Amino acid sequence: MKKFTKIASTCLPIETENIDTDQIVPARFLKITTREGFGKYLFYDWRFDKNGKPKENKYFDYSNNRSIKILVAGNNFGCGSSREHAVWALQDFGFETIISSSFGDIFYNNCLKNALLPVVLKPVELNKLFKILEKNSKTKITIDLIDQEVIVGDNYIFSFPIDNFRKTCLLKGVDELGYIFSHEKNISAFERRHQIFISR
Amino acid sequence: MKSRTLFQKIWDNHVVTQEKGAPVLLYIDAHILHEVTTPQAFANLRKKGLKVRRAGLTFATCDHNVSTIDQHNIRDAISRLQVETLYKNCHDFGIPLYGLDSPYQGIVHVIGPELGITQPGMTIVCGDSHTSTHGAFGNLSFGIGTTEVEYVLATQCLLQNPMKTMKIIIDGKLGKGVSAKDIILTVISKIGTKGGVGYCIEYTGETIKELNMEERMTICNMSIEAGARAGMIAPDDITFNYLKGRKFSPKGKKWDGAVKYWKTLKSDKDAKYDNVIKIDAGKIAPLITWGTDPSTGITTKEKIPNPKYAKSENERKNMERALSYMDLKPGMKLEGFPINYVFIGSCTNARLSDLREASKIIKGRKVKNGVNAWVVPGSRQVKLAAEKEGLDKIFKDAGFDWRWSGCSACIAMNDDKIPAGKYCISTSNRNYEGRQGPGARTFLASPIMAAAAAIEGKIVDVRKYL
Ligand code: SF4
Repeated sequence: MKKFTKIASTCLPIETENIDTDQIVPARFLKITTREGFGKYLFYDWRFDKNGKPKENKYFDYSNNRSIKILVAGNNFGCGSSREHAVWALQDFGFETIISSSFGDIFYNNCLKNALLPVVLKPVELNKLFKILEKNSKTKITIDLIDQEVIVGDNYIFSFPIDNFRKTCLLKGVDELGYIFSHEKNISAFERRHQIFISR
Repeated sequence: MKSRTLFQKIWDNHVVTQEKGAPVLLYIDAHILHEVTTPQAFANLRKKGLKVRRAGLTFATCDHNVSTIDQHNIRDAISRLQVETLYKNCHDFGIPLYGLDSPYQGIVHVIGPELGITQPGMTIVCGDSHTSTHGAFGNLSFGIGTTEVEYVLATQCLLQNPMKTMKIIIDGKLGKGVSAKDIILTVISKIGTKGGVGYCIEYTGETIKELNMEERMTICNMSIEAGARAGMIAPDDITFNYLKGRKFSPKGKKWDGAVKYWKTLKSDKDAKYDNVIKIDAGKIAPLITWGTDPSTGITTKEKIPNPKYAKSENERKNMERALSYMDLKPGMKLEGFPINYVFIGSCTNARLSDLREASKIIKGRKVKNGVNAWVVPGSRQVKLAAEKEGLDKIFKDAGFDWRWSGCSACIAMNDDKIPAGKYCISTSNRNYEGRQGPGARTFLASPIMAAAAAIEGKIVDVRKYL
């Protein structure tokens, strides 16, 4: 897994709430059996018409978007389906952090597993951030995982929560699998005493 | 000992270990796979040279990409490759597969319970958000991502933090024509699409206790639509009777031992929940969603709400967006609104009792001219059982398509899509933009509401047929 410590970037604000993973990557693109290349399907039905031609939309244009590392999204981002493809698509498109006031549970977990940092702000803070970005879309913000802070210019610092264990994994760039394997003895011992009633 | 909720009992029973400052290492009793969310997990196992730890606790089927017209002929090459990839992965790693040539093929959340894999007290995961369905049997079941699928394949464990617990008590007598789907749509409209985020919901109360297993599954299935990762219902005799004699259910002495243990699986009287909600079943009416999220259920006679009166700026924007996508106007009633498609299917409402109930409305009547109506049984076993009872004939005589089992138009990854701009009354669980096909407009409702709409070609309150 990639390390995450600190990034600074301009942001793409999408105020829409309840953006589900079907919007992030429509189901018909989930047929691919690899992890790569999902960026082109990101928000596909928002960005393209039924003939695959780019369509007028509020959020995406083709000049600069892919250099933006931070997506700021409305409440309850990534609700719905468990598809990790949504995370792969956001990352492949260039995003490294998603800020919202809450996330779908499975999506949030999927982000952490891929070092796409999900940042939860309080609703008032998120609104403030949207306002700032509305005034100046070029505002650069810094995400500092060590201090758990979103730093907006000189004026605002918002702190965000994250599970300590997951934070360490992100800072070190290690996934959870190694940790789970280190408990092999415990797992085997558990299996000896645990009863499962599935029978053939 | 401290009083515990059902969630806590199941959780405690699956804690392998917990180190200070780390999440719990939680053991997983059953892992169900489908073709869409697993290929990348197997690819990683291969890359890392890892084996599947408990192939015997892992089960697979294909459902999302499957054609419901000619199951053996998946026309789309990439869809076919995905299904074939699952076949190869199951073969190489020794995992039992209920594929297209199996009489047990079907939607993951239909075949798990049907085969008796889904039992009380277990932890069950699947790379699919509607894994919450299985909780109807009094277990902890939740959807996971592909990386977690890989972890469970390799270790049979996951690192998890405990969920919060919410108790939803539903008491009272359900009215005529009110089904489990209406109960859960009511719950979601009450707590909202994110009201359940971080929670495991336990449904309880007199109304729930009287529901059969298929109805309970419909309710737990859509817990995720309220944002909850898991839903559960304490097991009882209805649960045990359902499970007895199924393929993977315990047999003989083992059955007796299992039932003895399963009977302990209920929340202690004074167990504490993080949130408690009460709903009066007598007040629930048949609902239908007008918007693009599942919390927008209203009766056919209620007016579509006006964004002007939204509680917040954000809510107003959400409503306007939904109205524009659905091409509906505030103040309108859904009663009499014309529909183009009827989809009776999905892991929410495509079990035998769903088809039975819908068939009672359909029997002796005809699908309105110009309406495309499909019944897609949730599994091959459901299809077979329905055909034994002659339900297929009732539907076909009325002008319905009678299909093979799969996810079909619930997700439109396969040939079954609702065309752009068309309206579909659907027994599935998600009415998101584009869910049933790009531009498709979805009204979520119960099987009997969908059946009544098929006959009239427009939305009606099914109670006039009862
Ligand atoms: S029927 Fe729909 S919701 Fe259920 S598993 Fe299939 S795609 Fe998912």
